[in-house]
Amino acid sequence: MADASSNPPLIPPRGAAAVRKASFSWRSKQARGIAYQILAVSIIAFLIWLLVSNTMANMKARGIQSGFDFLWQPAGFDIGEEWLNYDSNNGYWKAFLVGLVNTLRVAVVGIFLTTILGTLLGVGRFSRNALIRGICYTYVECFRNIPVLLQLLMWYLLFAEHLPQVNEALNVWNLFFLSKNGISYPIPVWQLGHTLALAGVALGALVSWFYAGQARKKFDLTGKFSPVLWVSIGLICGTALVGWFIGGAPNEWNVPKLTETQVENGGSFTPEYLAVLIGLTLYTSAFVAEVVRGGIASVSQGQHEASASLGLSRGHSMRLVVLPQALRVIIPPMTNQFLNLTKNSSLAVAVGYPDVVSIANTSLNQTGRAVECIAIIMLIYLTTSLVTSGFMNWFNARAAIQER
Amino acid sequence: MAEVFISLPARPAPVKTVGLLPWIRNNLFASMPNAVLTVAIIGTLAWALWGILQWGVFNAVVTANADLCQAARGIGACWGVVNEKARFIVLGRYPQPEHWRPVIATLALIGLVVASCSRFFWKPWLAAVWVAVFAFFFTLMSGGVLGLTKVPTDQWGGLPLTIMLTVISMTAAFPIAMAVALGRRSNLPAIKSLCVVYVELIRGVPLISVLFMASFMLPLFMPIGRSPDVLIRVIVGITLFAAAYMAEIIRGGLQSLPKGQTEAAASIGLSYWQTQIKIVIPQALGAVVPSIMNNFISLFKDTSLVTIVSLYELTGALSLAVGSDPNWRPFKIEAYLFIAAIYFTCCFAMSRYSLWIEKNVAVGKAR
Repeated sequence: MADASSNPPLIPPRGAAAVRKASFSWRSKQARGIAYQILAVSIIAFLIWLLVSNTMANMKARGIQSGFDFLWQPAGFDIGEEWLNYDSNNGYWKAFLVGLVNTLRVAVVGIFLTTILGTLLGVGRFSRNALIRGICYTYVECFRNIPVLLQLLMWYLLFAEHLPQVNEALNVWNLFFLSKNGISYPIPVWQLGHTLALAGVALGALVSWFYAGQARKKFDLTGKFSPVLWVSIGLICGTALVGWFIGGAPNEWNVPKLTETQVENGGSFTPEYLAVLIGLTLYTSAFVAEVVRGGIASVSQGQHEASASLGLSRGHSMRLVVLPQALRVIIPPMTNQFLNLTKNSSLAVAVGYPDVVSIANTSLNQTGRAVECIAIIMLIYLTTSLVTSGFMNWFNARAAIQER
Repeated sequence: MAEVFISLPARPAPVKTVGLLPWIRNNLFASMPNAVLTVAIIGTLAWALWGILQWGVFNAVVTANADLCQAARGIGACWGVVNEKARFIVLGRYPQPEHWRPVIATLALIGLVVASCSRFFWKPWLAAVWVAVFAFFFTLMSGGVLGLTKVPTDQWGGLPLTIMLTVISMTAAFPIAMAVALGRRSNLPAIKSLCVVYVELIRGVPLISVLFMASFMLPLFMPIGRSPDVLIRVIVGITLFAAAYMAEIIRGGLQSLPKGQTEAAASIGLSYWQTQIKIVIPQALGAVVPSIMNNFISLFKDTSLVTIVSLYELTGALSLAVGSDPNWRPFKIEAYLFIAAIYFTCCFAMSRYSLWIEKNVAVGKAR
């Protein structure tokens, strides 16, 4: 054993890491990151300051007033399709509200119709009949390759110029009238029975919802199907009828009547509304059809075969195996299409349908408050988009794979 | 008793499954309800086609004569309006004797875009070619040099304007989209949130409101006394709009790259920018070429909205040409069908081309 003293000296321990001075160094990734971010934020802040100060200076130079106080001044213009008892003495805020109602009227009805038509067209691409496949394909290619604005203009032209004059309106059983002034249709005179029938629908829906839950539990426990759809339809119709009878079974209709110059009474859709609704529905359906087709095609053939080998009928295999998987693929792009339809409803301004953009445009021209009016449009659409996508995200989460 | 061999009768040949007749049987008359449906559809189609032929061909008036058209009103189409106004609709208010200029300039622009989609031209000098073609386009369109008459931008219109708006906005949007896509994937919180806000803000509002903003608010944003040309305002608006959508497409491409690529790049010592430029972006862009093409098609259709802020591209030029002429105004629907056919041809051709590119791009991935 060697003498301890002859050992080579131990390497002296390293000193404790020097406390790093909080100094900036380009070699540090964090420091660079912070520097970049400060740079980006300050450039954006500078740009915004520049824009705001320019805008202020410009407004002062042109004598433009700013602020949202104009919303309480009387609007002074009439709106073709007015709701909420609007008249031209009401404030701008009410005009905007009417515009919003008109936008939603197009968007909600359009989304509903588009879903039905688009799904039919998408499923039609898998038909065993070659003619149906061909028609669906042709429809999709024709309608999605022509700008939606052009389609709206064409529908409007068709409704406003090529339909007969009011006094020779197309008459269907003296109940429906189709003319340059739009479509008139009979509406029920609202009475207690209708309110009760509506309450009956709500009650029936609630009961069927519970029933569906029970049916699912029973299926999970015993594997036995219960007929949910037909029972629910029966329940809802039944309770509605009961409500109607309790209310005295009112059967009074407000039927439109043709006079020399106009169609009186009844409900009506203006040609502007019809043009926007039909144009947007037909255009968006082509895209929805492609989404549905892609979704169904994404479920592999093996899934169909496996469910057939388990002995499921075609209907059951579609409902229990294929559709839940296809829905997962379909929902996100479908949400996009719904949002597109809502945003495209702003094109109503081109055919004179008083949606929120066209109201804002009129207000802008009257008051000169460009910044405020455009801010209102953007705010409304942003809110609508966020609400719709929030709802669809919730629905999507329900349809997503339940992973453990 | 000697057994006599009696063969079983031969089985009939199996039903043919290939060829025209079996195809018709399987696809049109597979079952009774199917057969009924087929007959009903063929009947309806024949009836509709006959009506369309009557209206569009047999009873149609082709000569540019408004009186003949009036006479045929209701029973036949008036293609005379197209005959009379086609030049104005397609080229807008551009001065008549100079019409060769927008035609040549637009053809150059189209050729450039078509070539740029092909793998063969993905070379460094392509950027220089783009700059050159743009310079050529603007020189030819606006004139004022080399003995060409000067044509102010408010006289540009029709199909050249549509194509120009699409190509220029798309080109200008590309670098912005690239930066925003990278920013949205960066792990620097401030930069990331700026990019998210930009993308979601623009995607949440309709194009028309962006165009309104560009035409009403951009003049306010500029220093006093300076107001940019309406064409430039609209281009800025469409560019900002297109960039948000394209950024999402590019982000999809970036996300489709497996993480191993960036890790491998890091392990051979590449910096962030080296990794992005040499490894990530080339692969991501290759993957999203078809989506960018689709974006291009929808932008092409969306340019029709600029007619609402008073630029006379294809749709606007039509209203200008037919709407202001009382002789031809009743036949606007035929003119609409004419430009619908133009839009359809362009978009359909582009979507076929994009399918072809998709196949072409996928060649590199095949093993």
